Amino acid sequence: MKVTTTVNGAKQAHDVEPRTLLVQYLREACQLTGTKIGCDTSSCGACTVLYEGESVKSCTMLAAQADGGTITTIEGLAASDGTLHPVQEAFHEHHGLQCGYCTAGMVLAAVGFLQENPTPSEHDVREGLEGNLCRCTGYHNIVKAVLAASEAMQ
Amino acid sequence: MIPAAFDYVLAGSADEAIALVAEHGDDAKLLAGGMSLLPLMKLRLATPSVLIDVGRLHDLSYVRDGGDHVAIGALTRHRDIETNELLAKECGVLRAVAAQVGDNQVRHRGTIGGSVAHGDPASDLPAALVALDATFVARGASGERTIAASDFFVGFLETALGGDELLTEIRVPKAGANGFNYQKFNRRAQDWAIVGAVAATVGGAKRVALVNMGSTPIRATAVEAALASGASFADAAGHAAEGTEPPTDLNASVEYREHLARVLVRRALEGS
Ligand SMILES: Cc1cc2nc3c(=O)[nH]c(=O)nc-3n(C[C@H](O)[C@H](O)[C@H](O)COP(=O)(O)OP(=O)(O)OC[C@H]3O[C@@H](n4cnc5c(N)ncnc54)[C@H](O)[C@@H]3O)c2cc1C
Ligand code: FES
Ligand code: FES
Repeated sequence: MKVTTTVNGAKQAHDVEPRTLLVQYLREACQLTGTKIGCDTSSCGACTVLYEGESVKSCTMLAAQADGGTITTIEGLAASDGTLHPVQEAFHEHHGLQCGYCTAGMVLAAVGFLQENPTPSEHDVREGLEGNLCRCTGYHNIVKAVLAASEAMQ
Repeated sequence: MIPAAFDYVLAGSADEAIALVAEHGDDAKLLAGGMSLLPLMKLRLATPSVLIDVGRLHDLSYVRDGGDHVAIGALTRHRDIETNELLAKECGVLRAVAAQVGDNQVRHRGTIGGSVAHGDPASDLPAALVALDATFVARGASGERTIAASDFFVGFLETALGGDELLTEIRVPKAGANGFNYQKFNRRAQDWAIVGAVAATVGGAKRVALVNMGSTPIRATAVEAALASGASFADAAGHAAEGTEPPTDLNASVEYREHLARVLVRRALEGS
């Protein structure tokens, strides 16, 4: 079936099997490999992207379900002149990553979360990112980065 | 992990979805948010040959004042329940419970109807709906019927919904903005409850229901009876495990779950 979407502002149209997961569609059909597959069982959040502006786990959504929709992946966050998104900038400043495997999902989950709760407490951030696992950082710097980003975005 | 191959059909209306289910019978599955079904399909524990996507039936996503009740469309997402203003006023307990389901990503996709139709005793919303004595509206080829919460959940992952029926609406009493509490005990973020206890106040009386204390979500009838005869919250909560048949698994033994039920019911009552 033909699945047509707008990914990071650009039209994408690809013929895929109905069982194609959104993450495969993004990585293989759209060739946007910034979105990672971690657990592949809906648990880790590494595959998080924004669908219609809201965070979703792209390993647990069919490409077919996104047909006609708008998606943002990590590749679409920075401005065209390379200026990082405030959340990306804050992850960089506050060492919110080590190996980087969870980072694309963390950043997208944080961007979606800050849209819903622009002035979160530290507790809110921890709850808001509960769907994302990081095996390296111990989370503290990720939480710091998200709090800093929320201030920067005020 | 990739699901087994299937044909995908996007339903344009509830009637079309019902006709498609009637046409394809047991080979077909309805897809709402996919938060329960897709993981099962990826593990190939479910292998429908036709997937009927009802996820875009936006006319089944609503929260409305129904006079003596609040009517919630089956396709209403957890996120939309968690943030709904009418529910804040008329049935705050549902908002609080919806906010405890999984994580943000899950709540952006998962629907109350999917949670109910899936019939998992470890799910949060079904227990709240049992406590509230909700009414479920199902529509099939032969028309519409209503099912009481007490008749709806019949076994593990088994409900009173016919294979050819679409759950369309859930009706809850106006239980008000306060007087409730949900205690969800789990060990990992975003996880299902090892045990959960929901307390709500309907028409001045306390209602209590339990998550994961049997093959279905259950009312803690012994607790409610003790409260009705004047027992304190602490004494009434002592009856929380009566009549339950909790599972034993990696997370907890039967005895531990019984203990949790008593403790969590006490906390839920005290917080309600
Ligand atoms: C990581 C993760 C964590 C989770 N944690 C929790 C948790 O803590 N607590 C909790 O309660 N749940 C949890 N869930 C499950 C979540 O609540 C699901 O959203 C919900 O159980 C199913 O809703 P859905 O809309 O996604 O349904 P789907 O997965 O699309 O469907 C589930 C089943 O219901 C049927 N169905 C769906 N809609 C209808 C309808 N209108 N009429 C008839 N049949 C229908 C489908 O055919 C299918 O059999 C979690 C899920 C994930 C992936
Ligand atoms: S890869 Fe999707 S949640 Fe882990
Ligand atoms: S930085 Fe390595 S998993 Fe998060």
